Amino acid sequence: MSTTTNTDGYYIPQPSYYPIIGSAALFCLAFGAVFLMNDIAAGPYVLCAGFAILIYFLFVWFGKVIGESESGQYSPQVDLSFRWGMSWFIFSEVMFFAAFFGTLFYMRMLSVPGLGADATGEYLWPAFTPGWPTVGPGIDEKLEVMSAWGLPAINTLLLLSSGVTVTWAHWALKANNRGQLILSMILTIALGIIFLTLQAVEYHHAYTELGLNLSMGAYGATFFMLTGFHGLHVTIGTIMLIVILFRCIAGHFKPEHHFAFEAVSWYWHFVDVVWLLLFVLVYWL
Amino acid sequence: MSAVHPVDHAHDHDHHDHRPYGLMRWVTTTNHKDIGTLYLWFSFSMFITGGLLAFGIRAELFQPGMQLWKPELFNQFTTMHGLIMVFGAIMPAFVGFANWQVPMMIGAPDMAFARMNNWSFWLLPVAAILLVTSFFVPGGATGAGWTLYAPLSVQQGIGMDFAIFAIHIMGASSIMGSINIITTILNMRAPGMTMMKMPMFVWTWLITAYLLIAVMPVLAGAVTMLLTDRHFDTHFFNAAGGGDPVLYQHVFWFFGHPEVYIMILPAFGIVSQVIPAFARKPLFGYSSMVYATSSIAILSFIVWAHHMFTTGMPAAGQLFFMYATMLIAVPTGVKVFNWVATMWKGSMTFETPMLFAVGFLFVFTMGGFTGLILAITPVDIQLQDTYYVVAHFHYVLVAGSLFAIFAGIYFWLPKWTGHMYDEKLGKLHFWLSLIFFNLTFFVMHFLGLAGMPRRIPDYSQQFADFNMVASIGAFGFGLSQLVFLYAVIKCIKGGEKAPAKPWEGADTLEWTLPSPPPYHSFETPPVVK
Repeated sequence: MSTTTNTDGYYIPQPSYYPIIGSAALFCLAFGAVFLMNDIAAGPYVLCAGFAILIYFLFVWFGKVIGESESGQYSPQVDLSFRWGMSWFIFSEVMFFAAFFGTLFYMRMLSVPGLGADATGEYLWPAFTPGWPTVGPGIDEKLEVMSAWGLPAINTLLLLSSGVTVTWAHWALKANNRGQLILSMILTIALGIIFLTLQAVEYHHAYTELGLNLSMGAYGATFFMLTGFHGLHVTIGTIMLIVILFRCIAGHFKPEHHFAFEAVSWYWHFVDVVWLLLFVLVYWL
Repeated sequence: MSAVHPVDHAHDHDHHDHRPYGLMRWVTTTNHKDIGTLYLWFSFSMFITGGLLAFGIRAELFQPGMQLWKPELFNQFTTMHGLIMVFGAIMPAFVGFANWQVPMMIGAPDMAFARMNNWSFWLLPVAAILLVTSFFVPGGATGAGWTLYAPLSVQQGIGMDFAIFAIHIMGASSIMGSINIITTILNMRAPGMTMMKMPMFVWTWLITAYLLIAVMPVLAGAVTMLLTDRHFDTHFFNAAGGGDPVLYQHVFWFFGHPEVYIMILPAFGIVSQVIPAFARKPLFGYSSMVYATSSIAILSFIVWAHHMFTTGMPAAGQLFFMYATMLIAVPTGVKVFNWVATMWKGSMTFETPMLFAVGFLFVFTMGGFTGLILAITPVDIQLQDTYYVVAHFHYVLVAGSLFAIFAGIYFWLPKWTGHMYDEKLGKLHFWLSLIFFNLTFFVMHFLGLAGMPRRIPDYSQQFADFNMVASIGAFGFGLSQLVFLYAVIKCIKGGEKAPAKPWEGADTLEWTLPSPPPYHSFETPPVVK
């Protein structure tokens, strides 16, 4: 017996070297990032080493989990643990974005209006007219903002459609229809990649033509922080979808046993909802 | 309670487990007890590190004038003392308790995600290395105070970046640990153990883990904005760009206030196990304890700005946060009442765990009262950033959280090691700790009321006597912990053999297992009636 299971079949893994590899990865990433930001020559190398270890770590860990799942080690109770785990993980992500949406709210409703009000406005920055969008009173640049009804509107359509296609894939998986499953997964991934490409085009447009960048005061900071972290999450989600596509092709999932697929689709819907909030609060209003 | 024969099962499995030995056993372990032990020893080593920094602080403040350190280094000491004690000592200690106790108390074989459990722990040494290394980089560690307020934290050197990434990594560790604990509690209880039959310690950790998952990402957001303000030219905390340094305080304390309860709710849980065991009576008002704990958790999200009364806020905001803060006294009062009512007419004995629990009750409640005083806006405006605040939060964090940790350690040591600890040493540790603790921090109330500011390495002559008393107390408190270390090591090495249930009044599931318990706690889930 290579694994330890109790009589009810709750799977408890054997001792593992994987976690310490992950710690080594984060060790290099943290030191590398600090060095890079402070212009220490070793920075890029340490950072790259960190990423290399991290990628190796993710491969072996998830490879192991997939192997355990495929060999039937995971009982329904373990499956339920994964469901709870993924739900709470997504909740933590919600709270992470909440910090930045809260920041946006605070700037628009409190700090920017406050700078033009009372004595602050009268004596410190008499020329400043508070409003949104703004670069703030101390930055002498003309602000060009991103219009909601160009690329962002197309992106909204793309992500909403990808939410539909991933649900179609789930339906096909439950109906055991492999052709439709793989087709709809490819469509979902394609929509994700097109979204990311358009985001890249938009960032390029912002930096080169609009002169909009991170240093453009309250608007620039919140715009790039929110869309940037969202884009990072779409990237991670797309990578996860690609892994799931390969697993679909390999025939890993059964109509009654496919939590990995569901976890990724939950995550995908989560980045979808974040985008809708972004579209309304960052681009539109 | 159930017909289990864990010893036999453990024996069966000895043939099957291929565990690495020596150091590698601890690096690779997926066992909740091993990981719990790692957390507790890590916590103790951080407790010593943070304690040495406190020695540095109190040595400088022993008498007025500048003696030992430059002011910048003194600031680094206070900052790192706070960060290390909060994130390195107190929080990991409670996670250590959760690891050891939660699976045993709910009748589970292990934690829900045993491999991730290992990673949650092994991220902490990485963060600790980042924090400790930062003392030796140009400019030294961050000296912005553990709250890392902008704009000071935006201006500081490379040490600040180390602290930011350390916080990110400790946050990741906490979130993974909490997901693990919540999932274990929700999904792995023994048959028949409904939510309202769970031991109080398990309840308090369920709620604590929820708080952690809700607020650690917010802290990650706050320090990320700090990082981009420092290196990527954003203006989140800079008024010139439409930002606001006060924004940092809002985001930080939205994390920071629930964090206070993260550090005290598991302490409530431990005390709620210890007092009934030594009063030989079931916990008075179990369900009201559950509701009180939940109310405290919910209220903790709407009181954060009471840390910011002096940074400017409309009168309506001050009133709201003042009343909301005072409201927390109601569920906390329910808890204190229930603990006292549990002892009422009980057949009490005062072994070391009970001494620490009763000590906790007296001294923590005092910290609670000073908290109420600080909640009153006009009073707080006078006392902000004085030693009164320092006295207040050390009463709740040292006499509250730390005393409860000691109570828990002595309570469960016989279970964990299979040996009884030395009762004389335990009692000595308690009395020394209680006396020196009050010597250190009681006088700080007077210093604060008289207006002595915190985080300043020098002070006026009139504060000299009380500061000398506080410093003597601090050295005494620190040295008393050597008694604790000796008592624990002595207990691990040997001593009187502990029975499965050394405490007559204890009635939770872990006491049905032998002492020490088998490697895998409950291979067959017990049935709870």
